[in-house]
Amino acid sequence: MQYLSQILFILILGAGVYFFYRSINRIIRNIKLGKDIDLSDNKAKRWKNMLRFAVGQGKMTKIKPIAGILHVFVYLGFVLINIEVLEIIIDGIAGTHRVFRPVLGGLYDFSIAFFEILGLLVIISCIIFLFRRNAMKIYRFQSPELKGWPFFDANVILVVEIVLMVALIVMNAADRSFQADASMPVSSFLYPMFENMSDSSAHLWVQAAWWFHFVGILWFLNYVPYSKHLHIILAFPNTYYTNLDPKAKFKNNELVSNEVKAMMDTSFTPPTVENPRFGVKDVEDLTWKNLLDAYSCTECGRCTSVCPANTTGKLLSPRKVMMDTRDRLEEVGKIRDGVLPEPEQPKDLHTYITKEELLACTTCNACVEVCPININPMDIIVNMRQYLVMEESAAPQEWNMMFSNIENNGAPWQFAQSERANWAIDLENESKKDEN
Amino acid sequence: MKVRTYADYLAAGETPEILFWVGCAGSFDQRAQRVTKAFAKILDYAGVKFAVLGNEESCTGDPAKRAGNEFLFQMQASNNIAVLNGYGVKKIVATCPHCFNTIKNEYPELGGNYEVLHHTQFLQSLINEGRLKIKGGFYKGKKITYHDSCYLGRGNGVYEAPREVIAAMEADLVEMKTCRSKGMCCGAGGAQVFKESEKGKKEINTARIEQAIETGAKVVASNCPFCMIMLQDGIKACGKENDMKVIDIAELIAKAEDLID
Ligand code: SF4
Ligand code: SF4
Repeated sequence: MQYLSQILFILILGAGVYFFYRSINRIIRNIKLGKDIDLSDNKAKRWKNMLRFAVGQGKMTKIKPIAGILHVFVYLGFVLINIEVLEIIIDGIAGTHRVFRPVLGGLYDFSIAFFEILGLLVIISCIIFLFRRNAMKIYRFQSPELKGWPFFDANVILVVEIVLMVALIVMNAADRSFQADASMPVSSFLYPMFENMSDSSAHLWVQAAWWFHFVGILWFLNYVPYSKHLHIILAFPNTYYTNLDPKAKFKNNELVSNEVKAMMDTSFTPPTVENPRFGVKDVEDLTWKNLLDAYSCTECGRCTSVCPANTTGKLLSPRKVMMDTRDRLEEVGKIRDGVLPEPEQPKDLHTYITKEELLACTTCNACVEVCPININPMDIIVNMRQYLVMEESAAPQEWNMMFSNIENNGAPWQFAQSERANWAIDLENESKKDEN
Repeated sequence: MKVRTYADYLAAGETPEILFWVGCAGSFDQRAQRVTKAFAKILDYAGVKFAVLGNEESCTGDPAKRAGNEFLFQMQASNNIAVLNGYGVKKIVATCPHCFNTIKNEYPELGGNYEVLHHTQFLQSLINEGRLKIKGGFYKGKKITYHDSCYLGRGNGVYEAPREVIAAMEADLVEMKTCRSKGMCCGAGGAQVFKESEKGKKEINTARIEQAIETGAKVVASNCPFCMIMLQDGIKACGKENDMKVIDIAELIAKAEDLID
């Protein structure tokens, strides 16, 4: 019987880890569908960014202090309490019970007590988050792109975190021998529920809560890759690879540089490129960093809530841009794996993100600035715009006029280049008048 | 005063201290021309030897690039770089944050390497070096609110230089609800100023000007000709033409120094 549960434990653990490994591999494969970009420079600065934004959550507490601090609780709780998982794994494999306790002694009880307090903070924070999300009319949680699965996903995560924490505390509360000589700050309040039970039923409770917690964690581990909750892993690489250039600097398209160079210098032959394409048509035209951004996005909507286009009622929402990119990337991945059939109508990223959205962006960088994990929705928008304008000739009429003015007069308006310095002549005349 | 071109300087065997990059708005837009003139007067007054490119200047290509026409942008860039490199230009000061950003950040990879400053940064350095002495003047004690342009602020992290220039005039700077890295856009960037906006509930410039109105300031200080156009339109849309004005920081200084009316 004892061996049976150990074998069962090992099987479940193995399956959980295996499926998680497969999911992560699939995600890495998908991210690598993106174009290459060299972000291997400046390692010191990059580590600093990761420490500041992912580990230290530097922006979370700055942007929305209350939600930010609650988020830090949940994050700390999550990370630290998972140290306990190590004990669960050893106990499960070896068939022991609280294997660390005899070794660590007082430190063990202290740690568990500390975890209980953290667990309680996680529960309280998650309840507040659930309330904010569901009962309070906060636009960033009610906007159209969150309808359906994303809204459900967010609630699932919060509920599961609460349930897992409750299981942990119940496990401690029902553990008689543990309660007898350790004074636990939270579970001792639940202890009376189990005090008058028979030894065997109390033991059953401990066992049940223990298994529940263990299976729950593995389920959660395998849920994360399908969820916005993936940010708990990808926030780290994503902040490490943050763009270090000034935010208003747009990349120069190399394909175009070569063409222009060839025009200026007839001795220069540009390298031949197979299927050259200007701008972004589909996810494969984005860089792997854009795709990493998409998988890292936690759909919090801070970007959309500061987007001047969105807040004045335009269709554009930077959060939706990130969600669409991820959805399309998943779709492309599934088609490649044969999980989904080739669609009858050709599809690309523009099927998800419309021209009306792309044209509305003022390139103000507010979304980039505010994102807690330094995601850059604007980069995707402007490169898709480049495709619209250069490959589809779909620029609005007014922009085409602006283009031809620049081409012909060297200014976006219809003024002759020869009148460019007229202000200086005016200035001269004005000052002469003043002197007289 | 006489504005000299780079060619004038070279012909006289002299090298100017800076090239003043005027930009398309500064050259052609009537309102922005006044900023150009004010800045030229300040330079003259502070004894800065400055040159312009005159008719040889051409659009940096910023609006083309932001609108997705990379080809036109790079054509403009390589022509401008040819002119700038031809004269051996070293230091450029631009009165437009879009020109500033493009030349500073996007030209180097295309062969144009210069020291580039926005005019508010240059004004700050003139004040710090004591070449421009501000003695309070017209705006002393007056309420001014400052609008961070996206391309100078978030885009290039310049938040303090313009504020220090305003502080030098001993004006009473009142910040809007969103400012510095959180400052709201005026709605012009990304080539939006060259087309109608997409349909929505409101215009971005009116939303921004409402924040400025809340401060109670009569002057909105700006650092960008496009913000200026948008914000002035916003003021009109709110019916506040008689209560409020958008004024560039160069104009504020010129006025404080009695260089303009
Ligand atoms: S891009 Fe960043 S700010 Fe926007 S929803 Fe995703 S995580 Fe939140
Ligand atoms: S850069 Fe574009 S998408 Fe991002 S906040 Fe500004 S307008 Fe919105």
